[in-house]
Amino acid sequence: MATASDIDRPAAGEFRPKPDQPPPALSVGPLAWVKRNLFGSRFDSLLTLACLAALYYLVPAVWRWAVAEATFVGDSREACAPNPGACWVFVNVRIEQFIYGFYPQAERWRANVVVLLGLGSLTYALSEAMPWRKWVALFLILPYPVLAYILLLGGMFGLPPVETRLWGGLLLTLIIASVGISASLPLGIALALGRRSKMPVIQLLSIGFIEFVRAVPLITVLFMASVVLPLFLPPGSNFDQLLRALIGVSLFAAAYMAEVVRGGLQAVPKGQTEAAAALGLGYWSTMRLIVLPQALRYVIPAIVSNFIGLFKDTTLVLIIGLSDLLQMVKLATTDSKWIGLATEGYAFAGAVFFVFCFGMSRYSLYLERKLGTGYRR
Amino acid sequence: MRFVGYLAMGVAAALAAGQAGAGTLDDVKKRGSLLCGVTTGLAGFAAPNDKGEWAGFDVDVCRAVAAAVFGDATKVKYVPTTAVSRFPALQSGEVDLLSRNTTWTYDRDVKLGFDFVGVSFYDGQGFMVKKGLNVKSALQLNGATVCVQTGTSTELNLADYFRANKMSYKPVIYEKADEIRVAYDQGRCDVYTTDRSGLAAQRTQMSKPDDHVVLPEVISKEPLGPLVRHGDNQWGDVVRWAFNAMIIAEEKGITAANVDQVKASSQDPEVRRLLGVEGDFGTRLSLENDWPYKVIKQVGNIGESYERHIGPKTPIGLDRGVNNLWSSGGLVYSPPYR
Repeated sequence: MATASDIDRPAAGEFRPKPDQPPPALSVGPLAWVKRNLFGSRFDSLLTLACLAALYYLVPAVWRWAVAEATFVGDSREACAPNPGACWVFVNVRIEQFIYGFYPQAERWRANVVVLLGLGSLTYALSEAMPWRKWVALFLILPYPVLAYILLLGGMFGLPPVETRLWGGLLLTLIIASVGISASLPLGIALALGRRSKMPVIQLLSIGFIEFVRAVPLITVLFMASVVLPLFLPPGSNFDQLLRALIGVSLFAAAYMAEVVRGGLQAVPKGQTEAAAALGLGYWSTMRLIVLPQALRYVIPAIVSNFIGLFKDTTLVLIIGLSDLLQMVKLATTDSKWIGLATEGYAFAGAVFFVFCFGMSRYSLYLERKLGTGYRR
Repeated sequence: MRFVGYLAMGVAAALAAGQAGAGTLDDVKKRGSLLCGVTTGLAGFAAPNDKGEWAGFDVDVCRAVAAAVFGDATKVKYVPTTAVSRFPALQSGEVDLLSRNTTWTYDRDVKLGFDFVGVSFYDGQGFMVKKGLNVKSALQLNGATVCVQTGTSTELNLADYFRANKMSYKPVIYEKADEIRVAYDQGRCDVYTTDRSGLAAQRTQMSKPDDHVVLPEVISKEPLGPLVRHGDNQWGDVVRWAFNAMIIAEEKGITAANVDQVKASSQDPEVRRLLGVEGDFGTRLSLENDWPYKVIKQVGNIGESYERHIGPKTPIGLDRGVNNLWSSGGLVYSPPYR
C-alpha cells in the first residue's frame, strides 16, 4: 500500500478519493449470507442447528434405503432378497399397470397418443412467442376432447372398444383431473356470476347449488353419484361408472371454483363496471372485457390451488371402485407376490403426484409474474 | 365411514324392494361375459397379478362360474367393489355375482334380498403371535397383552373367549387396523387379534412376516361366500353348483392335472356324471353337459385353489384348518352330484 501511494502521488491540490476498503468479511459473500439467513438471531441459529441435525439423521438413512441398498434390476421379488433397501423392481415390473391400469396392452398406444397430444399442445399453447398459439388452444378446447374420447373408448373407425372399466392408473388420474379442471373453471365462473346476479331465480339457484355442494364431502358426492343415482334412473339403464364420477368431481370442483372467482369479482372496484356502463358496454361485454380479466388475475393462486387440490382429490374415486394411480399401487401391493412393498409403491405414487402438482404450482407463479407486474408489492 | 355404510345398506334395501331380477343366466350368455364383483384388492383373495389379470381365491369362484357357463374361465369382467359399493352394485345389476369376502349373515340374506350360495371360506376371529414365544395354541395365552380394535365385535369375542377359558389378558386398544399392526410389530403387545384372513394379510405387511404365526383357534363365525340377487333361482343354482363342483372334485381326488385321465378311466358313477361321461346332469342346468369338467380343467378343485392363493406355501400362509374338506376334519362339504 505504502509503495503504491509513493509512486502514484497526487499532484498538489488535486483531489483523489482513497481507494475503497473491502467490506467487512461478514457482510458480503457466502459467509454473510449464512450469517444473515441461518444465524441471524439466537432462535434462527437454534432452528438451523435443529434442521441440520434432522438432515444428518434423515438424509443418509433415506439415501441408504432408496439408493445405496436398493435393488433396481430384476423381475421378481427374489431379486430384492439380498438387499435390505427399497425393492424398486416392484415398481419396475408394475409400472405399466400404474400408468395404464387395465387398459389392454395392444391398445395402449391410443392412451399414449391422447396424453402426449394433450400435454404437448397444452405446453405449446401455454408457452409464449409461439406462432399459431391461438389455433392450438382452440384445438385443445374443441376437437381434442372429441378426439381423445374416440381414441380412448374406441368402437368406431376400426378401433376395438375399450370399456371405461379398464381405464386406470395415471391415465385415469389425468383424465379425471383434466376433465374436472376444464369443466370446473367455466362452470365456476358461471356460478359466481349467477350468485352476483340481480335475477332472483338465478341467484337463488346458484347460491343453493354452491352452498349445498360445499356442505357435503367429495366422498359423499361420489358415493351418491355412483350408488344413489342409479335409483332415479329407469331400471336397466347402466350409466357409466366413470361418467358418474366425472360429473360428480366436476360439479364439486365447480362449487369451490365459484367462490374463488366470486372473491376475485368482489375485488374489482365498482368504478370499473360503472366506467364500462358509461362507455355503453352491456353486461356480457363488461364482464368479458373489463371485470373477469381483472378478477381472474387476482385469484390465480387460489384457482391453481383449487386445481392442485382437485388433482389430489381424484384419488378418492377409489371409493367407488375406480382404479386410479393410487388404487393401482394399492392393488399391486395386495398381490401376494409383492405384498409388503407398500412403501416403495407409495413413494412412487407420491413422486408422480409431486411432479404434476409442483409443475402446476410453478406455472401459476410464472403466470402471476407475467400478468401481475402492476400489482406486485 | 359407518354412516356411509348405513346409507349403502339403506340404498341396497330400497333397491332390493324394487327389483325381482330374472333371467340372469340368459343375460350373461347374451353378453358373452360374466360381471363379477370382487374386492378392491385383498391379498390372496383378489388382486391383479403382474400381467394385470385378477387372481385369488375369491376370483377363482368367478372363473369357475365363467368356465361353467361359457366353457372359458377367462370370460369374466371384474368389477372392483368397496365395502360400501358392493351391495348396491349387485342389486342394481352392475354385477351378476359378488365374490368378495362377504360374511353370510341373516340380515344380508333376508333384508337386503341376496342369496348366499355357499361358504367359500370359513373365516373367524383368530390370534397372531410372534414365533419366538413358542405358543402353539390360544389356550396358552394366559396373562398376555392383546392388541385389539376398539368398538368391534372382535373386542367382545376376545373378552368372552378368555373368560370362558378362565384366562386373563391385558387389552391394548386402538382405533385402526394399521395402528394395531404397527404397535404389534413394535412389540407393544404379545398378541394381535382380528379375523384370520385379516391377520394373514396384516402379517405380510410386518417388518419380518416370517417371525409371526397365526394360531389355529377360531373364536367367532365369519362364513364368507359368493352371493347373487334374490329371486333368480336358476342363476343361483348355476353359481352354487359351479362352486360345489370344485368341492366334489377335491372329494373325488380330481385335479386340473389329472381330470382328463380320470374322465377316461374312472368307474365311479358320481365322477362319471360329474365329468359328463354319462347321464345328462349338466344340461339340466341349461349348460353344457360336461360343464364341471371344464371348471375342474381350467380352475382346479377347491383345495388346489386354496393352496395356490392362500395356503401355507403362499406368502399368505393360512393353514386350511376348518377350511379343509369335511372328510379331513374341516367344514367344507358339498351335497352330492346326483
